[in-house]
Amino acid sequence: MLRLPKFRLEEPTDVAGAVALMSEHGEDAMIVAGGTDLYPNMKHGLFEPKVVVSLGRIAEMRGIEALADGGLRIGATTTLAEMAQSALVQERAPALAQAASLVAGPQLRTMGTAGGNVMLDTRCQWYNQTHFWRKSLGYCLKKDGTVCHVVAGGRKCVAAASNDTAPTLMTLNASATFANDEGSRDVKIDEMWKADGIWNKEPGRGEILTSLHIPAQSKGHRGAYGKLRDRGSIDYPLFGCAVRLDLDSEGVVEDADVVCVALVARPLRIKKVAETLRGKKVGTESFAEAAKEAADLADTQAKPMDNIPGESLYRRQMVPVYVRRTLQAAAEGKGPVHHV
Amino acid sequence: MRGIELDVNGDRLETAAPDHWTLLEVLRYKLGLTGSKQGCDKGDCGACTVLVDGQPVLSCLTLAAQAVGKEITTVEGLRPMHLQSGGVGADPIQDAFDRCGALQCGFCQPGMMLSARALVAANASPSREEIQKALSGNLCRCTGYTQILEAVETAIAERVGAEAPRPAWVEDREHVREGELEARTPAKEAK
Repeated sequence: MLRLPKFRLEEPTDVAGAVALMSEHGEDAMIVAGGTDLYPNMKHGLFEPKVVVSLGRIAEMRGIEALADGGLRIGATTTLAEMAQSALVQERAPALAQAASLVAGPQLRTMGTAGGNVMLDTRCQWYNQTHFWRKSLGYCLKKDGTVCHVVAGGRKCVAAASNDTAPTLMTLNASATFANDEGSRDVKIDEMWKADGIWNKEPGRGEILTSLHIPAQSKGHRGAYGKLRDRGSIDYPLFGCAVRLDLDSEGVVEDADVVCVALVARPLRIKKVAETLRGKKVGTESFAEAAKEAADLADTQAKPMDNIPGESLYRRQMVPVYVRRTLQAAAEGKGPVHHV
Repeated sequence: MRGIELDVNGDRLETAAPDHWTLLEVLRYKLGLTGSKQGCDKGDCGACTVLVDGQPVLSCLTLAAQAVGKEITTVEGLRPMHLQSGGVGADPIQDAFDRCGALQCGFCQPGMMLSARALVAANASPSREEIQKALSGNLCRCTGYTQILEAVETAIAERVGAEAPRPAWVEDREHVREGELEARTPAKEAK
Protein backbone atom coordinates (compact mmCIF):
# COMPACT_ATOMS: atom_id res chain seq x y z
CA MET A 1 0.00 0.00 0.00
CA LEU A 2 1.36 3.40 -0.99
CA ARG A 3 -0.44 6.37 0.56
CA LEU A 4 -0.43 9.88 -0.79
CA PRO A 5 0.90 12.48 1.62
CA LYS A 6 -1.64 14.96 2.98
CA PHE A 7 -2.56 17.94 0.80
CA ARG A 8 -5.48 20.17 -0.04
CA LEU A 9 -7.06 19.72 -3.47
CA GLU A 10 -8.17 22.74 -5.48
CA GLU A 11 -10.22 22.28 -8.63
CA PRO A 12 -10.47 25.61 -10.46
CA THR A 13 -12.79 25.77 -13.47
CA ASP A 14 -10.81 28.25 -15.56
CA VAL A 15 -7.17 29.00 -16.34
CA ALA A 16 -7.28 32.36 -14.52
CA GLY A 17 -8.39 30.58 -11.34
CA ALA A 18 -5.56 28.07 -11.64
CA VAL A 19 -2.99 30.82 -12.22
CA ALA A 20 -4.29 32.73 -9.19
CA LEU A 21 -3.99 29.62 -6.99
CA MET A 22 -0.44 28.90 -8.18
CA SER A 23 0.53 32.49 -7.58
CA GLU A 24 -1.08 32.53 -4.12
CA HIS A 25 0.59 29.33 -2.90
CA GLY A 26 3.93 29.59 -4.72
CA GLU A 27 6.25 26.69 -4.07
CA ASP A 28 3.73 25.03 -1.76
CA ALA A 29 1.50 24.23 -4.73
CA MET A 30 1.85 21.79 -7.60
CA ILE A 31 -0.16 21.35 -10.78
CA VAL A 32 -1.81 18.05 -11.65
CA ALA A 33 -3.68 17.01 -14.78
CA GLY A 34 -3.95 13.24 -15.30
CA GLY A 35 -1.97 12.46 -12.15
CA THR A 36 -0.22 9.48 -13.72
CA ASP A 37 3.24 11.01 -13.15
CA LEU A 38 2.71 13.24 -10.10
CA TYR A 39 0.73 10.84 -7.88
CA PRO A 40 3.17 7.89 -8.09
CA ASN A 41 5.98 10.36 -7.41
CA MET A 42 4.10 11.74 -4.41
CA LYS A 43 3.46 8.20 -3.18
CA HIS A 44 7.23 7.68 -3.35
CA GLY A 45 7.77 10.78 -1.21
CA LEU A 46 9.41 12.71 -4.07
CA PHE A 47 7.02 15.66 -3.79
CA GLU A 48 5.01 16.87 -0.81
CA PRO A 49 2.99 19.88 -1.95
CA LYS A 50 0.58 21.41 0.56
CA VAL A 51 -1.84 22.32 -2.23
CA VAL A 52 -2.53 20.38 -5.42
CA VAL A 53 -4.17 22.37 -8.20
CA SER A 54 -6.07 20.06 -10.54
CA LEU A 55 -6.65 21.17 -14.13
CA GLY A 56 -9.23 18.42 -14.70
CA ARG A 57 -12.32 20.64 -14.51
CA ILE A 58 -11.04 23.39 -16.81
CA ALA A 59 -13.08 22.81 -19.98
CA GLU A 60 -11.21 25.44 -22.04
CA MET A 61 -7.98 23.42 -21.76
CA ARG A 62 -9.31 20.30 -23.44
CA GLY A 63 -9.75 19.41 -27.09
CA ILE A 64 -8.05 19.26 -30.47
CA GLU A 65 -8.60 22.13 -32.88
CA ALA A 66 -7.79 22.02 -36.60
CA LEU A 67 -6.30 25.37 -37.61
CA ALA A 68 -7.19 26.85 -40.98
CA ASP A 69 -3.53 27.04 -42.03
CA GLY A 70 -3.13 23.27 -41.65
CA GLY A 71 -1.76 23.36 -38.12
CA LEU A 72 -3.16 21.99 -34.88
CA ARG A 73 -3.88 23.35 -31.45
CA ILE A 74 -4.09 20.72 -28.74
CA GLY A 75 -5.43 21.64 -25.32
CA ALA A 76 -3.06 20.59 -22.55
CA THR A 77 -5.56 18.37 -20.74
CA THR A 78 -6.52 16.46 -23.90
CA THR A 79 -5.78 12.86 -22.98
CA LEU A 80 -3.07 10.84 -24.67
CA ALA A 81 -5.75 8.36 -25.80
CA GLU A 82 -7.72 11.15 -27.47
CA MET A 83 -4.56 12.39 -29.18
CA ALA A 84 -3.57 8.88 -30.32
CA GLN A 85 -7.03 8.13 -31.73
CA SER A 86 -7.63 11.53 -33.33
CA ALA A 87 -7.87 11.26 -37.14
CA LEU A 88 -6.72 14.90 -37.29
CA VAL A 89 -3.53 14.26 -35.33
CA GLN A 90 -2.88 11.03 -37.24
CA GLU A 91 -3.13 12.95 -40.50
CA ARG A 92 -1.35 16.21 -39.65
CA ALA A 93 1.22 14.98 -37.10
CA PRO A 94 1.51 11.19 -37.48
CA ALA A 95 4.62 10.88 -35.30
CA LEU A 96 2.82 12.59 -32.41
CA ALA A 97 -0.21 10.27 -32.68
CA GLN A 98 2.13 7.27 -32.79
CA ALA A 99 4.12 8.43 -29.76
CA ALA A 100 0.92 9.09 -27.79
CA SER A 101 -0.35 5.61 -28.69
CA LEU A 102 2.75 4.04 -27.14
CA VAL A 103 2.80 5.92 -23.84
CA ALA A 104 2.21 3.48 -20.96
CA GLY A 105 -0.93 1.29 -21.15
CA PRO A 106 -4.59 1.91 -22.07
CA GLN A 107 -5.74 3.07 -18.62
CA LEU A 108 -2.82 5.46 -18.23
CA ARG A 109 -3.44 6.90 -21.71
CA THR A 110 -7.08 7.47 -20.74
CA MET A 111 -5.86 9.47 -17.75
CA GLY A 112 -2.54 11.00 -18.87
CA THR A 113 -2.59 14.24 -20.84
CA ALA A 114 -0.80 15.96 -23.71
CA GLY A 115 0.54 18.68 -21.41
CA GLY A 116 1.44 16.22 -18.69
CA ASN A 117 3.63 14.20 -21.00
CA VAL A 118 5.55 17.33 -22.05
CA MET A 119 5.94 18.37 -18.40
CA LEU A 120 6.84 14.84 -17.22
CA ASP A 121 9.41 14.72 -14.46
CA THR A 122 12.77 13.26 -15.50
CA ARG A 123 13.29 9.64 -14.51
CA CYS A 124 16.14 7.64 -13.01
CA GLN A 125 16.31 4.17 -11.50
CA TRP A 126 17.87 5.67 -8.38
CA TYR A 127 15.11 8.27 -8.06
CA ASN A 128 11.78 6.65 -8.97
CA GLN A 129 11.78 4.45 -5.88
CA THR A 130 10.06 4.43 -2.52
CA HIS A 131 11.38 6.61 0.29
CA PHE A 132 12.57 3.49 2.14
CA TRP A 133 14.55 2.35 -0.90
CA ARG A 134 16.14 5.75 -1.51
CA LYS A 135 16.95 6.26 2.17
CA SER A 136 18.71 2.89 2.33
CA LEU A 137 21.03 4.11 -0.41
CA GLY A 138 21.72 7.50 1.14
CA TYR A 139 19.46 9.33 -1.37
CA CYS A 140 20.74 10.92 -4.60
CA LEU A 141 21.52 14.25 -6.25
CA LYS A 142 18.00 14.74 -7.57
CA LYS A 143 16.28 14.33 -4.23
CA ASP A 144 17.52 14.74 -0.66
CA GLY A 145 21.13 13.63 -1.31
CA THR A 146 24.52 14.77 -2.60
CA VAL A 147 25.70 11.73 -4.52
CA CYS A 148 24.98 10.64 -8.09
CA HIS A 149 24.73 6.87 -8.45
CA VAL A 150 24.87 7.01 -12.26
CA VAL A 151 28.03 9.05 -12.79
CA ALA A 152 30.67 8.47 -10.10
CA GLY A 153 31.57 11.86 -8.65
CA GLY A 154 28.93 13.54 -10.85
CA ARG A 155 27.81 16.99 -9.74
CA LYS A 156 24.96 17.34 -12.23
CA CYS A 157 21.81 15.24 -12.21
CA VAL A 158 21.49 13.08 -15.34
CA ALA A 159 17.96 11.75 -14.79
CA ALA A 160 16.48 11.13 -18.24
CA ALA A 161 13.78 12.99 -20.12
CA SER A 162 11.36 10.10 -20.69
CA ASN A 163 8.45 11.78 -22.42
CA ASP A 164 7.58 10.02 -25.68
CA THR A 165 5.77 12.97 -27.20
CA ALA A 166 8.47 15.61 -26.55
CA PRO A 167 10.87 14.52 -29.34
CA THR A 168 8.02 14.28 -31.86
CA LEU A 169 6.90 17.81 -30.94
CA MET A 170 10.49 18.99 -31.49
CA THR A 171 10.64 17.47 -34.97
CA LEU A 172 7.28 19.15 -35.72
CA ASN A 173 8.62 22.57 -34.63
CA ALA A 174 5.79 22.82 -32.10
CA SER A 175 5.43 25.37 -29.33
CA ALA A 176 3.70 25.42 -25.97
CA THR A 177 1.65 28.20 -24.42
CA PHE A 178 2.23 28.78 -20.72
CA ALA A 179 0.00 30.85 -18.44
CA ASN A 180 1.52 32.63 -15.46
CA ASP A 181 0.63 35.62 -13.31
CA GLU A 182 2.08 37.97 -15.92
CA GLY A 183 -0.21 36.65 -18.67
CA SER A 184 0.77 34.02 -21.16
CA ARG A 185 3.78 33.26 -23.31
CA ASP A 186 4.75 30.90 -26.08
CA VAL A 187 7.83 28.72 -25.79
CA LYS A 188 9.26 26.61 -28.61
CA ILE A 189 9.37 22.99 -27.44
CA ASP A 190 12.82 22.91 -29.01
CA GLU A 191 14.06 25.63 -26.67
CA MET A 192 12.35 24.66 -23.44
CA TRP A 193 14.88 22.13 -22.18
CA LYS A 194 17.85 22.45 -19.85
CA ALA A 195 20.58 19.86 -19.28
CA ASP A 196 19.62 19.56 -15.62
CA GLY A 197 17.87 16.39 -14.47
CA ILE A 198 16.47 18.06 -11.35
CA TRP A 199 14.24 20.41 -13.38
CA ASN A 200 14.92 20.07 -17.10
CA LYS A 201 12.60 22.83 -18.28
CA GLU A 202 13.09 26.53 -18.80
CA PRO A 203 9.50 27.42 -17.74
CA GLY A 204 9.15 27.43 -13.97
CA ARG A 205 7.32 24.84 -11.88
CA GLY A 206 4.47 27.27 -11.26
CA GLU A 207 3.73 28.03 -14.91
CA ILE A 208 0.76 26.24 -16.42
CA LEU A 209 1.06 24.68 -19.87
CA THR A 210 -2.32 25.45 -21.45
CA SER A 211 -1.98 24.29 -25.05
CA LEU A 212 0.35 22.94 -27.71
CA HIS A 213 0.61 24.49 -31.17
CA ILE A 214 1.78 22.40 -34.08
CA PRO A 215 2.39 24.47 -37.20
CA ALA A 216 1.33 23.26 -40.65
CA GLN A 217 3.82 20.75 -41.99
CA SER A 218 5.17 20.50 -45.54
CA LYS A 219 3.06 18.88 -48.27
CA GLY A 220 5.31 15.84 -48.33
CA HIS A 221 5.47 15.50 -44.54
CA ARG A 222 6.23 12.06 -43.15
CA GLY A 223 6.66 11.26 -39.48
CA ALA A 224 7.16 8.21 -37.29
CA TYR A 225 8.10 7.30 -33.73
CA GLY A 226 10.12 4.33 -32.53
CA LYS A 227 10.06 3.13 -28.94
CA LEU A 228 12.19 0.55 -27.19
CA ARG A 229 10.86 -0.85 -23.94
CA ASP A 230 10.84 -4.09 -21.97
CA ARG A 231 7.17 -4.92 -22.34
CA GLY A 232 4.73 -3.96 -25.07
CA SER A 233 2.82 -1.88 -22.59
CA ILE A 234 3.04 0.24 -19.44
CA ASP A 235 6.79 0.87 -19.48
CA TYR A 236 8.53 4.18 -19.98
CA PRO A 237 10.91 4.28 -22.97
CA LEU A 238 14.33 2.65 -22.72
CA PHE A 239 14.98 4.63 -25.88
CA GLY A 240 12.72 6.65 -28.14
CA CYS A 241 13.27 8.36 -31.47
CA ALA A 242 11.08 10.71 -33.46
CA VAL A 243 11.57 11.19 -37.19
CA ARG A 244 10.40 13.85 -39.61
CA LEU A 245 11.00 13.63 -43.36
CA ASP A 246 9.93 16.31 -45.82
CA LEU A 247 9.63 14.87 -49.32
CA ASP A 248 9.13 16.66 -52.62
CA SER A 249 6.56 15.50 -55.17
CA GLU A 250 9.03 12.91 -56.49
CA GLY A 251 9.60 11.41 -53.05
CA VAL A 252 13.06 12.93 -52.68
CA VAL A 253 14.08 14.05 -49.19
CA GLU A 254 14.25 17.85 -48.86
CA ASP A 255 14.70 17.99 -45.12
CA ALA A 256 14.92 15.52 -42.24
CA ASP A 257 15.06 15.59 -38.46
CA VAL A 258 15.68 12.96 -35.79
CA VAL A 259 15.25 13.66 -32.06
CA CYS A 260 15.86 10.99 -29.41
CA VAL A 261 14.72 10.64 -25.82
CA ALA A 262 15.42 8.54 -22.70
CA LEU A 263 19.12 9.37 -22.83
CA VAL A 264 19.99 12.41 -20.72
CA ALA A 265 18.06 15.20 -19.03
CA ARG A 266 16.91 16.73 -22.30
CA PRO A 267 15.72 15.24 -25.60
CA LEU A 268 18.64 15.01 -28.00
CA ARG A 269 18.60 16.12 -31.64
CA ILE A 270 20.89 14.05 -33.86
CA LYS A 271 23.12 16.40 -35.84
CA LYS A 272 23.76 16.22 -39.59
CA VAL A 273 20.79 13.94 -40.31
CA ALA A 274 19.34 16.37 -42.87
CA GLU A 275 22.67 16.61 -44.74
CA THR A 276 22.90 12.84 -44.86
CA LEU A 277 19.41 12.19 -46.18
CA ARG A 278 18.84 15.22 -48.42
CA GLY A 279 18.49 14.38 -52.11
CA LYS A 280 17.83 10.68 -51.50
CA LYS A 281 14.68 9.23 -52.98
CA VAL A 282 12.65 7.05 -50.62
CA GLY A 283 12.38 3.42 -51.61
CA THR A 284 15.79 3.40 -53.31
CA GLU A 285 19.02 1.73 -52.26
CA SER A 286 20.65 5.13 -51.75
CA PHE A 287 17.97 6.09 -49.21
CA ALA A 288 18.50 2.82 -47.33
CA GLU A 289 22.25 3.52 -47.28
CA ALA A 290 21.69 7.08 -46.07
CA ALA A 291 19.28 5.84 -43.35
CA LYS A 292 22.06 3.53 -42.18
CA GLU A 293 24.50 6.45 -42.13
CA ALA A 294 22.00 8.52 -40.13
CA ALA A 295 21.64 5.62 -37.72
CA ASP A 296 25.44 5.58 -37.33
CA LEU A 297 25.32 9.31 -36.55
CA ALA A 298 22.80 8.55 -33.80
CA ASP A 299 25.04 5.75 -32.58
CA THR A 300 27.97 8.14 -32.08
CA GLN A 301 25.90 11.00 -30.65
CA ALA A 302 23.41 9.18 -28.39
CA LYS A 303 24.98 7.28 -25.51
CA PRO A 304 22.47 5.64 -23.16
CA MET A 305 23.66 5.68 -19.54
CA ASP A 306 22.72 3.62 -16.51
CA ASN A 307 20.18 6.24 -15.43
CA ILE A 308 17.04 4.35 -16.40
CA PRO A 309 16.32 0.63 -16.14
CA GLY A 310 17.52 -1.65 -18.89
CA GLU A 311 21.15 -2.56 -19.50
CA SER A 312 22.84 0.46 -21.07
CA LEU A 313 24.92 -1.74 -23.41
CA TYR A 314 21.74 -3.23 -24.86
CA ARG A 315 20.12 0.18 -25.14
CA ARG A 316 23.25 1.48 -26.89
CA GLN A 317 23.13 -1.32 -29.43
CA MET A 318 19.47 -0.65 -30.12
CA VAL A 319 19.99 3.07 -30.85
CA PRO A 320 21.08 2.65 -34.51
CA VAL A 321 18.58 -0.18 -35.03
CA TYR A 322 15.63 1.92 -33.90
CA VAL A 323 16.76 5.07 -35.73
CA ARG A 324 17.21 3.15 -38.99
CA ARG A 325 13.87 1.34 -38.69
CA THR A 326 12.00 4.50 -37.72
CA LEU A 327 13.49 6.41 -40.69
CA GLN A 328 12.41 3.55 -42.94
CA ALA A 329 8.91 3.50 -41.40
CA ALA A 330 8.52 7.26 -41.88
CA ALA A 331 9.64 6.96 -45.51
CA GLU A 332 6.99 4.31 -46.11
CA GLY A 333 4.29 6.29 -44.28
CA LYS A 334 4.15 3.62 -41.59
CA GLY A 335 5.04 3.29 -37.90
CA PRO A 336 5.23 3.22 -35.01
CA VAL A 337 8.33 1.08 -34.64
CA HIS A 338 7.93 -1.17 -31.68
CA HIS A 339 9.29 -4.62 -31.04
CA VAL A 340 6.20 -6.22 -29.49
CA MET B 1 -12.19 15.99 5.11
CA ARG B 2 -14.76 16.74 2.46
CA GLY B 3 -18.18 15.33 1.73
CA ILE B 4 -18.16 13.32 -1.48
CA GLU B 5 -21.10 12.08 -3.53
CA LEU B 6 -20.08 9.27 -5.85
CA ASP B 7 -22.18 7.56 -8.51
CA VAL B 8 -21.03 3.97 -8.13
CA ASN B 9 -22.64 1.12 -10.06
CA GLY B 10 -25.80 3.13 -10.58
CA ASP B 11 -26.17 4.17 -6.93
CA ARG B 12 -25.47 7.61 -5.54
CA LEU B 13 -23.38 7.09 -2.41
CA GLU B 14 -22.51 9.76 0.10
CA THR B 15 -19.31 9.54 2.04
CA ALA B 16 -16.53 11.73 3.34
CA ALA B 17 -12.78 11.46 2.92
CA PRO B 18 -9.66 13.63 3.11
CA ASP B 19 -8.53 15.25 -0.15
CA HIS B 20 -5.53 12.96 -0.49
CA TRP B 21 -7.55 9.73 -0.49
CA THR B 22 -7.63 7.95 -3.80
CA LEU B 23 -10.80 6.65 -5.41
CA LEU B 24 -9.51 3.13 -4.71
CA GLU B 25 -9.14 3.86 -1.00
CA VAL B 26 -12.63 5.34 -0.78
CA LEU B 27 -14.15 2.42 -2.71
CA ARG B 28 -12.42 -0.17 -0.56
CA TYR B 29 -12.25 1.38 2.89
CA LYS B 30 -15.23 3.77 3.00
CA LEU B 31 -17.74 2.04 0.74
CA GLY B 32 -16.70 -1.55 1.38
CA LEU B 33 -16.34 -2.34 -2.31
CA THR B 34 -13.23 -4.50 -2.10
CA GLY B 35 -13.55 -6.00 -5.57
CA SER B 36 -11.12 -3.40 -6.97
CA LYS B 37 -7.73 -4.64 -5.87
CA GLN B 38 -4.85 -2.68 -4.38
CA GLY B 39 -1.83 -4.17 -6.14
CA CYS B 40 1.21 -2.03 -6.91
CA ASP B 41 -0.74 1.12 -5.93
CA LYS B 42 1.34 3.20 -8.37
CA GLY B 43 -0.10 2.62 -11.79
CA ASP B 44 1.79 -0.41 -13.05
CA CYS B 45 -0.43 -3.44 -12.53
CA GLY B 46 -4.01 -2.48 -13.46
CA ALA B 47 -5.59 -4.50 -10.60
CA CYS B 48 -7.44 -1.36 -9.44
CA THR B 49 -8.99 -0.67 -12.87
CA VAL B 50 -12.52 0.73 -12.72
CA LEU B 51 -14.65 2.34 -15.42
CA VAL B 52 -15.14 6.09 -15.16
CA ASP B 53 -17.78 7.24 -17.65
CA GLY B 54 -17.19 3.94 -19.44
CA GLN B 55 -13.43 4.38 -19.80
CA PRO B 56 -10.97 2.15 -17.94
CA VAL B 57 -8.90 4.17 -15.46
CA LEU B 58 -6.68 3.32 -12.51
CA SER B 59 -8.45 4.12 -9.26
CA CYS B 60 -5.13 4.10 -7.35
CA LEU B 61 -4.07 7.23 -9.26
CA THR B 62 -7.42 9.01 -9.27
CA LEU B 63 -8.44 11.12 -6.31
CA ALA B 64 -11.92 10.35 -5.00
CA ALA B 65 -12.77 14.06 -5.24
CA GLN B 66 -11.84 14.05 -8.92
CA ALA B 67 -14.37 11.28 -9.61
CA VAL B 68 -17.31 13.33 -8.35
CA GLY B 69 -19.93 13.81 -11.05
CA LYS B 70 -18.74 10.83 -13.06
CA GLU B 71 -20.24 7.37 -13.43
CA ILE B 72 -18.07 4.77 -11.75
CA THR B 73 -18.39 1.05 -12.46
CA THR B 74 -16.56 -1.50 -10.35
CA VAL B 75 -16.56 -5.28 -10.71
CA GLU B 76 -19.38 -5.43 -8.17
CA GLY B 77 -21.55 -3.51 -10.62
CA LEU B 78 -21.17 -5.82 -13.61
CA ARG B 79 -23.83 -8.38 -12.68
CA PRO B 80 -26.46 -5.94 -11.32
CA MET B 81 -26.05 -3.70 -14.36
CA HIS B 82 -26.33 -6.68 -16.69
CA LEU B 83 -29.56 -7.74 -14.95
CA GLN B 84 -30.86 -4.19 -15.05
CA SER B 85 -30.37 -4.01 -18.79
CA GLY B 86 -32.52 -7.12 -19.23
CA GLY B 87 -29.78 -9.74 -19.12
CA VAL B 88 -29.82 -13.06 -17.33
CA GLY B 89 -27.26 -14.27 -14.78
CA ALA B 90 -23.75 -12.89 -14.62
CA ASP B 91 -22.37 -10.37 -17.10
CA PRO B 92 -21.27 -12.28 -20.25
CA ILE B 93 -17.64 -11.30 -19.59
CA GLN B 94 -17.81 -12.68 -16.04
CA ASP B 95 -19.59 -15.80 -17.26
CA ALA B 96 -16.96 -16.45 -19.93
CA PHE B 97 -14.09 -15.88 -17.48
CA ASP B 98 -15.72 -18.41 -15.18
CA ARG B 99 -16.26 -21.10 -17.81
CA CYS B 100 -12.88 -20.64 -19.49
CA GLY B 101 -10.99 -20.87 -16.21
CA ALA B 102 -9.56 -17.42 -16.87
CA LEU B 103 -7.99 -17.06 -13.48
CA GLN B 104 -5.42 -18.61 -11.24
CA CYS B 105 -5.08 -16.57 -8.07
CA GLY B 106 -7.83 -14.20 -9.24
CA PHE B 107 -6.19 -10.97 -8.08
CA CYS B 108 -5.98 -9.41 -11.55
CA GLN B 109 -9.41 -10.62 -12.59
CA PRO B 110 -11.62 -7.63 -11.62
CA GLY B 111 -9.33 -5.26 -13.53
CA MET B 112 -9.08 -7.63 -16.48
CA MET B 113 -12.86 -7.95 -16.70
CA LEU B 114 -13.42 -4.19 -16.56
CA SER B 115 -10.83 -3.55 -19.28
CA ALA B 116 -12.52 -6.27 -21.34
CA ARG B 117 -15.94 -4.74 -20.65
CA ALA B 118 -14.79 -1.34 -21.91
CA LEU B 119 -13.33 -2.95 -25.04
CA VAL B 120 -16.47 -4.91 -25.86
CA ALA B 121 -18.61 -1.79 -25.37
CA ALA B 122 -16.43 0.17 -27.82
CA ASN B 123 -15.70 -2.54 -30.38
CA ALA B 124 -18.25 -5.23 -31.21
CA SER B 125 -15.81 -7.66 -32.81
CA PRO B 126 -12.23 -7.00 -31.76
CA SER B 127 -9.41 -9.15 -33.12
CA ARG B 128 -7.07 -11.13 -30.83
CA GLU B 129 -4.51 -8.34 -31.27
CA GLU B 130 -7.02 -5.67 -30.26
CA ILE B 131 -7.97 -7.71 -27.19
CA GLN B 132 -4.30 -8.03 -26.25
CA LYS B 133 -3.85 -4.27 -26.61
CA ALA B 134 -6.95 -3.49 -24.56
CA LEU B 135 -5.77 -5.78 -21.75
CA SER B 136 -2.12 -4.73 -21.99
CA GLY B 137 -2.44 -2.47 -18.95
CA ASN B 138 -3.49 -5.38 -16.73
CA LEU B 139 -0.77 -7.65 -15.43
CA CYS B 140 -1.39 -11.27 -14.41
CA ARG B 141 1.39 -12.45 -12.13
CA CYS B 142 0.31 -16.05 -12.60
CA THR B 143 0.76 -15.44 -16.36
CA GLY B 144 -2.52 -17.12 -17.23
CA TYR B 145 -3.05 -14.84 -20.20
CA THR B 146 -4.11 -17.49 -22.71
CA GLN B 147 -7.32 -18.40 -20.93
CA ILE B 148 -8.05 -14.73 -20.27
CA LEU B 149 -7.84 -13.91 -23.99
CA GLU B 150 -9.94 -16.99 -24.78
CA ALA B 151 -12.56 -15.88 -22.27
CA VAL B 152 -12.91 -12.49 -23.96
CA GLU B 153 -13.07 -14.16 -27.40
CA THR B 154 -15.69 -16.58 -26.08
CA ALA B 155 -17.87 -13.76 -24.73
CA ILE B 156 -17.62 -11.91 -28.02
CA ALA B 157 -18.36 -14.99 -30.12
CA GLU B 158 -21.36 -15.98 -28.03
CA ARG B 159 -22.82 -12.51 -28.22
CA VAL B 160 -23.18 -12.81 -31.98
CA GLY B 161 -24.12 -16.49 -31.83
CA ALA B 162 -20.85 -17.69 -33.35
CA GLU B 163 -18.97 -20.75 -32.22
CA ALA B 164 -16.53 -20.07 -29.38
CA PRO B 165 -12.86 -20.64 -30.23
CA ARG B 166 -11.38 -23.95 -29.15
CA PRO B 167 -9.27 -23.41 -26.06
CA ALA B 168 -5.52 -23.67 -26.68
CA TRP B 169 -5.08 -26.38 -24.06
CA VAL B 170 -7.30 -28.75 -26.04
CA GLU B 171 -4.85 -28.61 -28.96
CA ASP B 172 -1.95 -29.30 -26.61
CA ARG B 173 -3.25 -32.66 -25.50
CA GLU B 174 -2.39 -35.49 -27.83
CA HIS B 175 -3.78 -38.19 -25.61
CA VAL B 176 -7.30 -36.96 -25.27
CA ARG B 177 -9.57 -39.98 -25.33
CA GLU B 178 -12.66 -39.97 -27.47
CA GLY B 179 -15.50 -38.20 -25.73
CA GLU B 180 -13.22 -36.58 -23.20
CA LEU B 181 -12.62 -33.60 -25.47
CA GLU B 182 -16.28 -32.60 -25.43
CA ALA B 183 -16.48 -33.20 -21.70
CA ARG B 184 -13.53 -30.86 -21.10
CA THR B 185 -14.52 -28.10 -23.51
CA PRO B 186 -16.35 -25.47 -21.49
CA ALA B 187 -20.00 -25.39 -22.46
CA LYS B 188 -22.41 -22.63 -21.68
CA GLU B 189 -24.56 -23.56 -18.73
CA ALA B 190 -28.25 -24.07 -19.39
CA LYS B 191 -30.24 -21.14 -18.24
